[in-house]
Amino acid sequence: MEHLDIIESQTIYILREAFNKIDKLAILWSLGKDSNALLWMVRKAFFGHVPFPVVHIDTGKKFPEMYKFRERYANDWQLDLKVGACPPVEEMDPTLPPAARSAARKTAGLKAMIDREGFAGLLVGIRRDEEGTRAKERVFSPRGEQNTWNFRDQPPEFWDQFKTDFGPGTHLRVHPILHWTEIDIWRYSKRENIPIVDLYFSHNGRRYRSLGDQDITFPVASAAATIDEVIDELQHTKVAERSGRAMDHESEDAFERLRADGYM
Amino acid sequence: MPFEWAFLMDALQAERDQGITIDVSHIHFRTPVREYVLIDAPGHREFLKNMVTGAAQADAAVLVVDAREGMQEQTKRHSYLLHLLGIRQVIVTINKMDLVSLAQDRFQKLSKDVRHYLSELGLDLQHTQIIPVSARDGDNIVTRSIRMDWYEGPTLAESLDGVQQPVSVLEMPLRFPVQDVYKFDERRIVAGRIETGQIRLGDTLMFSPSNKTARVASIEAWNARIKPVAARAGQSIGITLDEQLFIERGEVASLVANPPTLSNVFRGRLFWLGHAPLKVGKRYKMKLCTAEYTVEVQAIERIIDVNDLGMRESQEVERNAVAEVVLRARGLIALDPFDYNMSTGRFVLVEDYDIVGGGLISMEGYADQRPTGIKSSNIFMVEHRVPEPDRWRMNGHRGGILWMTGLSGAGKSTLAFSLEHYLFQRGYQVSVLDGDNVRHGLCSDLGFSPEDRVENIRRVGHAAVLFARAGFLVITAFISPYRADRDRVRMLAPGLFHEIFIEADLETCEQRDPKGLYAKARRGEIDEFTGISAPYEPPKLAELQVDTKAHSIEECLAKLTDYVSRTFVVTK
Repeated sequence: MEHLDIIESQTIYILREAFNKIDKLAILWSLGKDSNALLWMVRKAFFGHVPFPVVHIDTGKKFPEMYKFRERYANDWQLDLKVGACPPVEEMDPTLPPAARSAARKTAGLKAMIDREGFAGLLVGIRRDEEGTRAKERVFSPRGEQNTWNFRDQPPEFWDQFKTDFGPGTHLRVHPILHWTEIDIWRYSKRENIPIVDLYFSHNGRRYRSLGDQDITFPVASAAATIDEVIDELQHTKVAERSGRAMDHESEDAFERLRADGYM
Repeated sequence: MPFEWAFLMDALQAERDQGITIDVSHIHFRTPVREYVLIDAPGHREFLKNMVTGAAQADAAVLVVDAREGMQEQTKRHSYLLHLLGIRQVIVTINKMDLVSLAQDRFQKLSKDVRHYLSELGLDLQHTQIIPVSARDGDNIVTRSIRMDWYEGPTLAESLDGVQQPVSVLEMPLRFPVQDVYKFDERRIVAGRIETGQIRLGDTLMFSPSNKTARVASIEAWNARIKPVAARAGQSIGITLDEQLFIERGEVASLVANPPTLSNVFRGRLFWLGHAPLKVGKRYKMKLCTAEYTVEVQAIERIIDVNDLGMRESQEVERNAVAEVVLRARGLIALDPFDYNMSTGRFVLVEDYDIVGGGLISMEGYADQRPTGIKSSNIFMVEHRVPEPDRWRMNGHRGGILWMTGLSGAGKSTLAFSLEHYLFQRGYQVSVLDGDNVRHGLCSDLGFSPEDRVENIRRVGHAAVLFARAGFLVITAFISPYRADRDRVRMLAPGLFHEIFIEADLETCEQRDPKGLYAKARRGEIDEFTGISAPYEPPKLAELQVDTKAHSIEECLAKLTDYVSRTFVVTK
């Protein structure tokens, strides 16, 4: 089997485990390249169907292109879309640096959505190669009552036997593309012809490597205007994928604090 | 704090602060030959679960030995675990050579120790490289060390590039564990991942442990230009069958000629991660591929000391220990010895909400129990046109067998007929098979010798299964004193059989003595009377226990009806 087929098969296996084992399941859709690829594989796993709600936590500060993308494909792919609002930044932990504090709104919006809908599990399209704390994640990652991540005592996970039993009040984050890399996602998106928000491609010498809120996300210098050029660039670049995400860089542990508190 | 190389992997603040690795991390790199994922597994003794989590995903391992410390218990434990997890490709680095003056004799002594230990584990050392490195300075990692010019072997990077890809699983017998069955549209798709072997359109598949067979009618795919005609190991697929078989998650599909072993008892070589020790008699949920079973620890054969590979006996397996155990389940399990098939030859145990151990299966000393007892070879199992779930939906409840067992006078018949009446009033398709009644007909040729008792239960068991498959709730009221006989009935219909222990001690039963039989037995007028002159083996893994000494008939009946209403509901 080819590399992309191997990692795709693993993702489909994880998706089917989650669907079988978790009563109230939903998928988080950030509209970015990773969650688009994940949603695509959901349709593969379930033979053209998306048999659970698709959740977009809307900070209200996404790029206009992203909202257009959301409306179009929610309709084309017949998604059961649930949009969750986020509380104002003033209600967030004031000890966090400014961008991280802004990003924390998304965690709060997510918690509200989970409480309202009673989701027992969420599919989230994070990858190990994105960032150091994500590299330590489990595929089935249990969360405490406040959605918190206890990275000091994570469950064992081997032989594709995941933690599928959990006590009342806790829920699961399931990470079906944890084993993918950034370039894997691009090669797969090309092979499968998956729609992608145009912001990822170069305009006037700059493009977005990673998409977040407008005010805390910045483009990187790049001439890559097509998917082939993006793949070519990634084979040579030494710039980190999330270098344009302000909240990762404000202080040494800002992102770790966000994640321990329930950020994706 | 000065910069440390370890910070690359130790992404958590707590790890950097304390200078230790808390959890498994993955990092990608590539050489001109290929791409790698490096899994960093913490080595501390108490973090064994993370070590297993990391190592179980690997194709090869790099064992790092500190040149000053040499082979420590921890290194030995890791080597042993790698071996146990089936990782046969190991590269050893003797690190921190700069702290032992880059001395060749120190390296040679440690190499000898390492080779000695690994060969005792049974590893083939022909291809095992042992490399002196100074990781901090990069000696022999990617470039050759000028400082250690006495070393002529490959660098670590060269050794990694020499690692062979895992052996092909395509040529192995087909194992396709059913992960789920989907009915999103008009198709009924059996979904799962092929662990080993291949599936082709038209293949006849045998499902274990149910023993049903059907042909592959289609291999389904979404957004595919052409519909596949074959699928192979590693692929997550979906198929439709030419017959409407009732198949559930956990069944393992194989080709008819080469099915997995069926057994309710097997040996496991096990590593234990639970905070509470594993003990004889304790029950755990076992997961094997997609199947789940309840198993009981029948015996702890030995504890393996990973330090000197010695064996010792114990009644408990403590956290972080390795042991050989015998596990027993209620029904038949579809499995393979680990040496034969890695995927279907390993399992994990779950206690409460957590995975507490993992193990590899050996069938040494135990036989395949796949039924072959049909005398005429011209008899084939025929699948009904009316699937069982359709019958359940029409009846409003599932079919099944409530097998009551207990001493004479324990209250089996009383409770059976009360329960039948209660359920019938509420619209259940329910019927009682009573011991005394069948001995007037179906079993009128049988007496009470051990052989006749076995045959009696065998016939009743088969009759009960026929009723249950027809959608009935069958209640049986037989002493059925032998555990093996009851287990045999359970194996006829693993999903349908519910063992219910009607419990009352001998003294109580003898006082009740509704038919005056105990009095007769005491006078010697009845031979082989259970409890007096013949044994009774109480169930070990009964689904329900009803104590008729401590509780009134009404209370016992309430417990039974509660169980029925919970267990036999029709879902979906």
